Amino acid sequence: MITEDLKDFKRFTPKTLPKEEPLVSGHRACQGCGEVLALRMVAKAIGSPMIAVSATGCMEIISSPYPQTAWAVPWIHVAFENAAAVASGVEAGLKTLMAKGRIPEKKIAVVAFAGDGGTADIGLQSLSGAMERGHDFLYVCLDNEAYMNTGIQRSSATPFGAMTTTSPAGKITAGQTTWKKNLPAIMAAHDVPYVATASPAYYLDLMNKAKKAAMIKGPAYLHVYSPCPTGWRHGTDLAIEVSRLVVETNIFPLFEVIEGKYVVRKNNKPKPVEEYLKQQRRFSHLTPELIQTIQTRVDAEYARLLKMEGMTESTPTKTETKEE
Amino acid sequence: MPIQKGMEVSIAVSEAVKLANVDVISAYPITPQTHIVEHLSELVADGELKAAFIPVESEHSALSAAVGAAAVGARAYTATSSQGLALMHEIMFVASSMRIPLVMTVVNRALSAPINIWNDLSDIMAQRDCGWVQLFAINGQEAVDLTLQAFKIAEDPRVLLPVAVNLDGFVLSHVIEPIELPDQEAVDRFLPVFKPTLRLDPDQPVSMGAFGSPEVFIEVKKQVEEALIGSQKVAAEVWKDFGDIFGRTYKPVESYKAKGAEILLVTMGSITETAMTAVDSMREKGRKVGLIHIRLWRPFPFKEFFQAIREAKCLAVVDRALVPGGVGGPVGLEIKSALFEKKERPYVAEFVAGLGGRDLTVEVFAEMAAKAERYAKTQKEMRYEMIGVREK
Repeated sequence: MITEDLKDFKRFTPKTLPKEEPLVSGHRACQGCGEVLALRMVAKAIGSPMIAVSATGCMEIISSPYPQTAWAVPWIHVAFENAAAVASGVEAGLKTLMAKGRIPEKKIAVVAFAGDGGTADIGLQSLSGAMERGHDFLYVCLDNEAYMNTGIQRSSATPFGAMTTTSPAGKITAGQTTWKKNLPAIMAAHDVPYVATASPAYYLDLMNKAKKAAMIKGPAYLHVYSPCPTGWRHGTDLAIEVSRLVVETNIFPLFEVIEGKYVVRKNNKPKPVEEYLKQQRRFSHLTPELIQTIQTRVDAEYARLLKMEGMTESTPTKTETKEE
Repeated sequence: MPIQKGMEVSIAVSEAVKLANVDVISAYPITPQTHIVEHLSELVADGELKAAFIPVESEHSALSAAVGAAAVGARAYTATSSQGLALMHEIMFVASSMRIPLVMTVVNRALSAPINIWNDLSDIMAQRDCGWVQLFAINGQEAVDLTLQAFKIAEDPRVLLPVAVNLDGFVLSHVIEPIELPDQEAVDRFLPVFKPTLRLDPDQPVSMGAFGSPEVFIEVKKQVEEALIGSQKVAAEVWKDFGDIFGRTYKPVESYKAKGAEILLVTMGSITETAMTAVDSMREKGRKVGLIHIRLWRPFPFKEFFQAIREAKCLAVVDRALVPGGVGGPVGLEIKSALFEKKERPYVAEFVAGLGGRDLTVEVFAEMAAKAERYAKTQKEMRYEMIGVREK
C-alpha cells in the first residue's frame, strides 16, 4: 500500500534538490522549451537507478541524435504508440531477472515518457493495457497540447479554440472545435494507486510528485503541463509564466488522485482565463464570446474537480501522504 | 533418453519454449496461435516455467513488450498469426534494426479479407522484408527443434536479430504427432543462459533506439543486412551442435528423392510431407519427380538452393501466397530472380495454391508436377497458374 511504499519519502526542498542530472544539457530542444524543462525536472527527481522509455516525439528526437545522447541513464525508444508496452516488457524483464538472481535485486524506476499525442491518441490503448495489468512503472505525459514534432497539428489534448495547423482559425471554425480529452480522469478510472497533474512553474510540487510516483509500487501516472513556445506562439522567455497562469486560472488545476481519493490544490480566487489566453498567439483569434465559453467551461470543470474531491473524501485509503 | 510421445504440435512448441527457459512471454490471443500461449500461461501459473507472462492488449504491444524485455537482457518470446502479425508489422522492422534477439512463433494463417482462420503463408510473406531470420517447420518435431535453435541463432553475438519460426495453422499446429521432447539437461547444454551483448543497465547506461540522420541511417541498414546474411553461417553451426547433441540434422534446403529427378517440386512448410507422398507415388509410376523444401527462407540460402536444383530440368514452385499484380508468389519470384544470372537454368513453373486453407492433397501435387512437365516442354513463358480456382 502507498503508506508503506512512501515510508521513506522525504519532500524536496530548494536545498535538497539532487545534483544528479539524468538528462544532461546539449540536447537540441527549441529555445524556451517548457517540455524539456519538465522532463529534466522529472528525471532529476527520480534519478538513478532508472530506465527511461521514450515514445517517438520531440523529447526523443532532441535527446538522441546518434551518435550523441543526452541521457546519462539507460534509455530506450521503440516507436510512437507503445512506450507503455515497452515499459511493461522492461519491468517484467527486470522482475524476472531479479527473481532468477541474474541481476542484483534493487528498485529500478521504470519511467515511460510520451507527449500528448503518444498518450491521448495513438498510445492510449497500450497505456490503458499497461495500467490495467498493474506493472510497477511510472508513465509521464508531457502535454504540449498538439503534435509539435510534426509541425503543430491538433491532438485530442489540444484545448478548445487553440489554433494548430490542422485546427486553423478559419472563416467558419475558430481553431480546435472540441474540448481537451481528460487524461488524468481516464487514468484515475483505471484505479491505479497514483495519478497527479503537475506544472513546471511549481517545480517542487512537480518533482515531489514525480518522486512519489516512482516510489509507489504499481502503475502511476503523471500528467505534466509542458509549454511549447514554438507551437503556442508565445515568447521564449514565457514558459514558466504561462505554466503558472494555467494553474492560477484553473485551466490546469494541480491535483493528486491517491488510491482513488482526489486531493486538489485549492485556488478559490482564479484569474480570468483571458489572462492566460492573451499571452499565446494560438488563441489570438478568439472572440470575447468564445473566451466566455472557455471561462464557463473552466469554472464548471474546476467545480466538478472539487466535487470529485468531496465525493472521494471518505474513500477508504490506506494512506496519508501529508500533502499540503 | 527422451522418448517419442503423441502430442499436439502447439503444446509441443510451448514445451520447447519452456525447455528454452524463457524469461518473458508476452502474447495476445489469435486463432490458431492460442493453444501455444494458453499452455505457456498454464506452465507459468503452475510454476513449472519461471517466467513473466504478460497478457498484453494487442499484438503490437506483444512485440513491443518483448522488445523491452529483451532490451534488459531477458530471453523473450511471443507468438502470433495472420492479422496479429500484420499489426506487429511496424515493430518487426524496429526489432531487427535495433538488433533485438527474440523468438516468435508464427502460426501461419491467411490475411483478411475475406476473414479466414485457415492456413496459407500470406501473413509471413507480407513480413518478408522486415529483416528477421525466418524458418519453416514441416512437422511437429521440426517445430520443436527449430524453436530451440531459433534462440541460439538469435542470441549469437554475430547475429542479434529476431527469429520467426513458422508452422502452418491447424494442419500442423493442431494435429497430434509423435514428438520427442529433449531432456532439460541436454537443452541447457545446447542453449545456455542468454548473455546479452548490451542491455539497459543503470550501472552501464546506454541509449537504444536513437534517432538516425541521413549520415548514419544507411550504415545501420548495411550492418543489419550483413548480420542477417551472416546468420546463415551461425545457423549452420547451431545445426551442427544440435545434431551432435540430439542426433537430428538440419539444413537450409532439404532434398527428397531429388537425385535423378527431372522435375522438382519446391515447397515450404507442412505441405512438404504431403508432397513427399505424391513424389513417392509418382516415382512408383516411373516418373522422374523429386522435391526440395526451403527451411531457411530469410536469409535466402542461394548456394544451397543452386546445389539442390543442379540436376533438375524443371522446377514446380508451390507458393501459398500471392504477390498481387506481380509475377506470381513470393517464392517463385525469389527463385526466378535468383536464377536470372545463371546461364543454364531449369524451367520454372509457378503455382499459387492452397490460399485460405484450400486443401492441398497428394493429387494436387501430382497435378502440379504434370502441369509443370507440360509447361516445360513448350518452354513458353508462364507467369503463374492459380490451382483449383472455380471460375464459374
